[in-house]
Amino acid sequence: MQLIRSETEAMLATSARKFFTVNSPLERVRALRDARDETGFSRELWAQMAELGWTGMLVPEEHEGMGMGMSELCVVLEEAGRALAPEPFLSTVLLSAQLIARAGTDEQKDRWLASVARGEATLALAHHERGARHARARVETTAARGEDGRWRVSGRKAQVEDGHVADALLVTARSAGAVDDPGGLCLFLVDREAPGVSVTRQRRVDERNIAIVELRDVELGDDALVGPAGAAASALEPVLDRATIGLCAEMLGSMTRAFEDTVAYLKERKQFGVPIGTFQALKHRAARLFMGLTLARSVVMAAARAADDDDASAEHVAAMASLCKARCSDCFLHVANEGVQLFGGVGMTDEYDIGLFLKRARVAEQTLGDAAWHRDRWARLIGF
Amino acid sequence: MTDLETFRLQTRAWLEDHAPASLRDAAESRGPGGFWGGRRAKDAPADERRWLEVMAERGWTAPTWPKAYGGGGLSAAEARVVDEERRRLQMPPPLVGFGLKMIGPTLLRFGTEAQKQEHIPKIVRGEIRWCQGYSEPGSGSDLASLQTRAVLEEGEYVINGQKVWTSYADQSDWIFCLVRTDPAAKKQAGITFILFDMDQPGITVRPIPLISGASPFCEVFFENARARPENVIHEVNAGWTVAKALLQHERAWIGELFAGSVAGAREELVGLAREYLGAPEGPIPDALTRDAITRVAMEEDAFLLTLERAAQLTRAAGGRPGPESSVLKTAGTELNQERCALAVQLAGPQALGWEGPGFTDRELTLARTWLRSRGNTIEGGTTEIQLNIIAKHVLGLPD
Repeated sequence: MQLIRSETEAMLATSARKFFTVNSPLERVRALRDARDETGFSRELWAQMAELGWTGMLVPEEHEGMGMGMSELCVVLEEAGRALAPEPFLSTVLLSAQLIARAGTDEQKDRWLASVARGEATLALAHHERGARHARARVETTAARGEDGRWRVSGRKAQVEDGHVADALLVTARSAGAVDDPGGLCLFLVDREAPGVSVTRQRRVDERNIAIVELRDVELGDDALVGPAGAAASALEPVLDRATIGLCAEMLGSMTRAFEDTVAYLKERKQFGVPIGTFQALKHRAARLFMGLTLARSVVMAAARAADDDDASAEHVAAMASLCKARCSDCFLHVANEGVQLFGGVGMTDEYDIGLFLKRARVAEQTLGDAAWHRDRWARLIGF
Repeated sequence: MTDLETFRLQTRAWLEDHAPASLRDAAESRGPGGFWGGRRAKDAPADERRWLEVMAERGWTAPTWPKAYGGGGLSAAEARVVDEERRRLQMPPPLVGFGLKMIGPTLLRFGTEAQKQEHIPKIVRGEIRWCQGYSEPGSGSDLASLQTRAVLEEGEYVINGQKVWTSYADQSDWIFCLVRTDPAAKKQAGITFILFDMDQPGITVRPIPLISGASPFCEVFFENARARPENVIHEVNAGWTVAKALLQHERAWIGELFAGSVAGAREELVGLAREYLGAPEGPIPDALTRDAITRVAMEEDAFLLTLERAAQLTRAAGGRPGPESSVLKTAGTELNQERCALAVQLAGPQALGWEGPGFTDRELTLARTWLRSRGNTIEGGTTEIQLNIIAKHVLGLPD
């Protein structure tokens, strides 16, 4: 397995680094936050990224996409992570479009995939519910089929990434089974403006865009179903695993940047007449962080390659996603915690950027399963 | 068919013809990691000597080294093919040791033409087994403070002093040694890197028993030992440069060795848990124990992937390991310590035996292996020194 970048990937990384450096300084993230921007990300930048092919990397060529793999997308996501860019990669590219591409009907694919690739449509996966923690199958939202053959979906989804602006929502709802049962889950494509749907924006410590999505007797036909009724879990699993790997690439970029900023500060900040980076106690902590990042990079690279390997089993990709997320969750928090400590008092101020990374580290840790959850799952997948 | 595919088929056929059947499926040859060669190895089993002979004849003990010095002259890609095909037959490496992994690459970089002609073919053929004369009783982490003196007298260097922690000195034929040739110079500046024969009256070797029992480590005493000036590598008093370059090869090699010892951590720990905690199948019921095993097992996977990635980076950079090798050394040794400690904990009181009745053979290895592992973060440059190296050479933090 190739664990270093190909020439094409290296070139992509260079151009993505340049793109985000020029277009997405951290001041942009702050400005969106401070202005309480209604969209919460830049549609102009999203359109530019679409032109570069990034929004359609995973979309098949027959739907105007690039038909590329996770390895290439992860290169871009890492650079987006360095910039803490809030554009809707996770919600639209990694989760929703992939669900439609894997489980959707031809009509659904025709309607949405090219539009995602062109950077026009944004989509959101309305899956998480309050109290579910990380349990993937825990869904209380119900889907009941009436005598008229129509579905009525009711429930309340929370922290739906980009739910506030998404053109359509992919909603999980239960047509059968107990509340934790992977069987009996359905996936519906729902217009955000449909009767019975109300969306309320939430604010999270990292200022990424999330919303509560409330569904009250939302009436849907079979044409809204993505994949067979009751079988949504099998569509979700591989998509969540790949999205987890993508999220890890983003986290890798964020933690690498936080680390580099911290090391730069150790070289410039003087106390007792010398740069604080001359102190061995601090050097060793920085070196420990570098070790952590080195190992994290290896697992992210390996997981992306596994996701692109047609011969890899679903269980193998799932195990690699968990290996990757457990490590990246811990490593990002470690880097960010140490970053604040090494910056000292100014690290606690809103003015310095290290705090933005600490907030993002905590949110990313909790997104798509935390380290403990992934360790437990990994052990189960391996068989002990 | 590409040239490489043709090469693979030829290699496969040749290996099948020449690899002694008695060594196939041998998980391990004599000694850690394989066959170490040297003058004393003439009493080794015939099949091991034969395997070394046929491989060395093609230069495939050192496949990427130049043919002019007995190497295989292969590209990195071809060498990988040889390695993969050898593993496919489950043959052990024909030769391992300090010659191939440390002094050989260093000579190729720093040696004169005459030095390469003299020493490298003997390394390739496994005729000479090498040991490393670096540490001294007063010079551990502060290696450059070493005191062993070499004085030029009548055309020969006369060496007096003591080395310690010299692995396999009692079985080695030659030593590559750091000696002080200019006591007046600043400490790094007065050191010379020199090679000499261990088989001479001025040298006494004494093995060092460790807390874990017997060990490969030795003390080496020099009393008017002799070395020839033509065996000074690089310049006189410029040995520190050579020493540091060699240490990078050493760290990379230790990383490789650890890949061998680290691999299988998960199977071992899960097996111990099943046996000693009474959980023959399914999830291990004790959540804390299961999580502890999971952490070590995940670390194992991440480390092995990093080792492979570092090897690919080294190949891409033209074969020279960078200071990143310090990450491997530290991560690999700490992982091995965690694994060994957890193995003891899983077996509980049954892990505490030293020898004799009441313990299985396997149980008797657990405590000794754990004790030995405590040295992993000291030998080959302590963890603290590795962290200094990362801070200085990778992160560029100021002194």
